[in-house]
Amino acid sequence: MSSALLVRRAQSIVAERSLFWGLAALLTLIAIVPIGRLLIEGVLPGGVPGLGPFRRVLNDPATWVALGHTLWVSLAAMMLSGVVGGGMALVVALTDLPAKRMLVFGFTMLLMVPSQITTIAWIELLGPSSALLHLVGLAPAPGSRHPLYSATGITLLLGLEHGPLVFLGLRTALRSLPADLIEAARASGARPPRVVRTVIVPLMGPSLIAGMALAFVSNIGNFGTPALLGIPARFPMLTTLIYQRLSGFGPRVLSEVAVLSLLLGVIAIVGVLFESWLAGRRDVRVDGAAAVPVRLALGAWRWPVILLVWGVLALTLLVPLSALLATALVKAYGQPFGLATATLDNFRFILFEHPAARRAVANSFILASSSAVLLFLAAVPVAYFAVWRRRRLMRALVLATELSYALPGVVLAIAAILIFIRPVLGLSLYNTLGIILIAYLARFFTLAQRPVAAAFRQLDIRLEEAAQMSGAGFVRRVLTVALPLVAPAAAAGGLLVFLTAFNELTVSALLWSAGHETLGVVVFNLEQGGDNTLAAAIASLTVAATVGLMAIASFLTRNLAHPVLPWQA
Amino acid sequence: MAGLILDRVSKRFGDAAPVVDGVSLDVADGEFLAILGPSGCGKTTLLRLIAGFERPTGGSVRLGDRLVADHKTHVPPEDRHVGIVFQNYALWPHMSVGENVGYPLRTRGIKGAEYQRQVAAALDAVGLGGVDERRPASLSGGQRQRVALARCLAMSPDLVLLDEPLANLDVHLKASLLDEFQHFRARTGATMLYITHDQSEAMALADRIAVMAHGRVEQLAPPQTLYRSPATPFVADFIGMGGLVQAILPSAAAGGQALVEIAGHRATVRAAEGQQAGPALACLRPEDLMLADEGLPARCRRVRYQGGEWLVELTIDGQDDGELQLLAKPGGVPEPGAAVRLQITDGWVIPAGPCGNGA
Repeated sequence: MSSALLVRRAQSIVAERSLFWGLAALLTLIAIVPIGRLLIEGVLPGGVPGLGPFRRVLNDPATWVALGHTLWVSLAAMMLSGVVGGGMALVVALTDLPAKRMLVFGFTMLLMVPSQITTIAWIELLGPSSALLHLVGLAPAPGSRHPLYSATGITLLLGLEHGPLVFLGLRTALRSLPADLIEAARASGARPPRVVRTVIVPLMGPSLIAGMALAFVSNIGNFGTPALLGIPARFPMLTTLIYQRLSGFGPRVLSEVAVLSLLLGVIAIVGVLFESWLAGRRDVRVDGAAAVPVRLALGAWRWPVILLVWGVLALTLLVPLSALLATALVKAYGQPFGLATATLDNFRFILFEHPAARRAVANSFILASSSAVLLFLAAVPVAYFAVWRRRRLMRALVLATELSYALPGVVLAIAAILIFIRPVLGLSLYNTLGIILIAYLARFFTLAQRPVAAAFRQLDIRLEEAAQMSGAGFVRRVLTVALPLVAPAAAAGGLLVFLTAFNELTVSALLWSAGHETLGVVVFNLEQGGDNTLAAAIASLTVAATVGLMAIASFLTRNLAHPVLPWQA
Repeated sequence: MAGLILDRVSKRFGDAAPVVDGVSLDVADGEFLAILGPSGCGKTTLLRLIAGFERPTGGSVRLGDRLVADHKTHVPPEDRHVGIVFQNYALWPHMSVGENVGYPLRTRGIKGAEYQRQVAAALDAVGLGGVDERRPASLSGGQRQRVALARCLAMSPDLVLLDEPLANLDVHLKASLLDEFQHFRARTGATMLYITHDQSEAMALADRIAVMAHGRVEQLAPPQTLYRSPATPFVADFIGMGGLVQAILPSAAAGGQALVEIAGHRATVRAAEGQQAGPALACLRPEDLMLADEGLPARCRRVRYQGGEWLVELTIDGQDDGELQLLAKPGGVPEPGAAVRLQITDGWVIPAGPCGNGA
C-alpha cells in the first residue's frame, strides 16, 4: 500500500474520531451538565452540604399552593386537549374531509404561535377593552375584571394551545392503522359507531393517552399563559412562582428556586416516562405489511363536519388573532376598531422608535439565527453517528437531549444561571446574550435533530457503503453523500429552531438583562405594563413571521417521500 | 339463493383510465370462482366493489336477488353479509383469538352459551380448538389465516371473498390451507370468490377462473378450458407455460379441428368453430410437443432439470422471439444450442377476437 494512501486513511480516521468526540462533548454539555448542576445545587446549596433550602421550600405553604394549582390546572387542560385534539385527529385522519392540509397547518399553528402571543390575543378578544367586541357591542363593562384572569381562563387556553400535541400524535398513529382491520369489522356487520368503539378506540387508546401526557408535561412547564393570566388573578403556578421569586429577590434565593425547579422537573420526568412507556406499548399491530390507510366517506355528514372543524379552527385561531390585529391597529387602547380609527402608528413606533423593541428584534434575530445555524451543523453529524452508524454513546446522548427537551424551560434557565452566575473558565456570560444562546442550544437541539434523524432512518445505509466501496474517506462521505441527502430535512429542522427561538419567552424571561431583551420578553413586559396596543403590534408581526417561516419550511421539504415536519407527519 | 351477478361494473378513480372496466360475471350459488390476474389488473378493486368498500362508477352488483350497488344504490359493507379473508389476515391485535372469531356474532347480538358454542365450533373447524384465549400476535402466519377463516365461518356468510389469502405464507402452509379452503366450502356450501395472482392456487380450487387484465375479464372458463383453449394471447401466456407461435391456416376450421402451417410444416390442431383461413397464433403446450427424427426444425436454447424430467426450452427456426417448452425424459435431453426436430401432437388456434388478438 502506498504511503500516500496510508496518510489519507489516517487523516480520515482522525477526522472521524475528533468529530465524534467533539459532538459527544457538546451533547454532554447541553444535556447532562445542566441537570447535573441542578442536582448538585439540591444537595450542596451554595456549595455547602445541607438540606436548608429543601426544608424551607417544602415548609413554605406557597409551594404547595402553586404545586396544587399546577397539577389540577394541567390535568384539566390536558383533558380539554384530549377532547379537542383527539376529536380533530379522528375526523382528519379517518374521513374524506376536503382541504386537510390546510386544516392541519392551521391547527398546528395553535402550537407554533407562542403561548404568550395566543394569550395576549385572547386577552384582547374577551377583555373590557376589546376592539373587536366593542365593534359588535358585546364588550364587558369597563373596569370589570377580565373573564380570563382566572384558573378557568388558564385551563381553557392551555387546553387549546396543546390540543395540537394530542392531534399530531394521534393522527400519525391513525394513519398507520391498517384499513383492513376496519374493513374486517364492517364486513362482520359492525356499523361505524361500533367500529369506532370496538376497534379504533382500543387500538388508538395508548396513542391518545401518550399525546395527553405530552400535553400535560407542556402544561406544567408553560410560562406565558399562567404569567399573563395568573399573575393578575393572583393564581400562582410553579413556573410563575419561580419567576416571581427570582425577579423579586434576585440571586440570593437561587438555591430555593433550584429546589422548586427540581420539583417541576420531577413531575415532568414522570409525565415523560409515562408517555414513553405508552409509546413502547403503542405498536400492537400484528402485521407489518403496509395497508391502505383508512378513508371513511362522510356522506350526508360532510357539511356538518366541515362546518364543525373549520368552526373550531376559526374560533380558536382566526377570531383571537383578528382581535390581536384589531388592537394593534387602534390608536388608543379601548377604542373600538374601525376603518376611520385604524392606524399603523403602533407598528411604526415599535419598529422605529421604541428602543427596547428595536433592540429586541435584533437580539431575537441574532439568537434565533445563530441557534439555527449552529444546531443545523451539529444535528447532521450527530444524527449520522446515531442513526446510520448506530454508535451507542451517541444514541444514549441523543436520548439524554430528548429528556432534557422535555424538561420545562424554567428548569433549564435556573440551571444556566447556576452555571454561569460566576465566570466559567474566565468567561463571564451572565447578563449577556451568550447565556441565552447557550440555553437555546441546549433547549432546541432536539428540534433540529429529530427531522434529520427521521431523514436518515428513511435512507438506506448502503448509500454510504457504496461511497466507502468507491474509496471515499469519512469527510468526503459525509459531505458528498450524507449531507446532501438530509439537507432539506436539516434545513427544515433549522427553521423550526429559528421559529421557536425567535418566539421564545420562558427561558429568556429568567435570563434577560437590560440591553439584552428578547422579543418575547418585550411583548410580555409591554403587556404587563399596560401598553397593550404596542404589545399587540409586536405580537401581530410575530404571528406573521411564524406563518411565513412555517410555509418556507413546508416548501423546503415538499419533495421528501416521508414528511419530517410536525404539521406534515 | 346467494349467487353473485356483476353487470358491466366499472370503477375509475378521478380522470385516470378505469381500474375495472365493464366487468360482467355470473357466479352460481355455491360456486367457487377464482379471479386471476397480474398485479394492477383491477382484481382487488373488483373485490372491494363487491364487498362494498368502493362504489362502482357504472354497472350493478347483485347478491342473490338483492341489488347491493348501482348508480344510486349503495348497501354499506356491514349490511351485505359478505365474509372476507384478507391478505394480511386483519386480525384485531387488541382482541384474543376467541374475541376475533366471535366479533361477527356480537354485532348480531348473539351472546352467552350460544356465542361460546359457535366460537368454539368455528375454531374447531379450522383445527385451532383451544387457542381462543391467545392473542393473534402469538400465532404463526398460517394459524392467523385459519383464525381469519374461522371468523368468516362464524359469520356463516352466503358469499366469501378471499383476497390473496396465501400470498404471505410459505409453500408448505399454502398446501394445507388450500385443503382448509376446500373443507370450508364443503362445510358451508357458500359461494366463494378467490382473488389471486397465482394460477396454481386458482387451478387447484376453482370451478371456474376469470382471467383479468387491464380491468377487463379476458376469459371466464373452467381451469381445463383455460389451459387447453385460451381465448386470447394474454391468457395463453399467463396460464401454464407460454408457447405461442405464428401459424397460417390454409383453410377455415371445421369440426373443431384446423390444419395449420408452422414454418412450412403442417399439423392438425384444435380450433374454435368459425376460425377463418389466414394468419393466426397457435398455442402449443409442452405435452403437445415431442422430440422426433422428422418434423419442425427447432433449436434447443436451455435445459432445466425439474426433478424426474427435464424442461427443454426451444425456438422454432425463423421465429426466435416465441419460445416453446417441452418435457424430456433423462437420456433424450438435447444439448443447449443443438438443432432438433419436433412432432406436434396437439395444439390450439387462438381465436381472432375483437381486440385484434389474431396474428
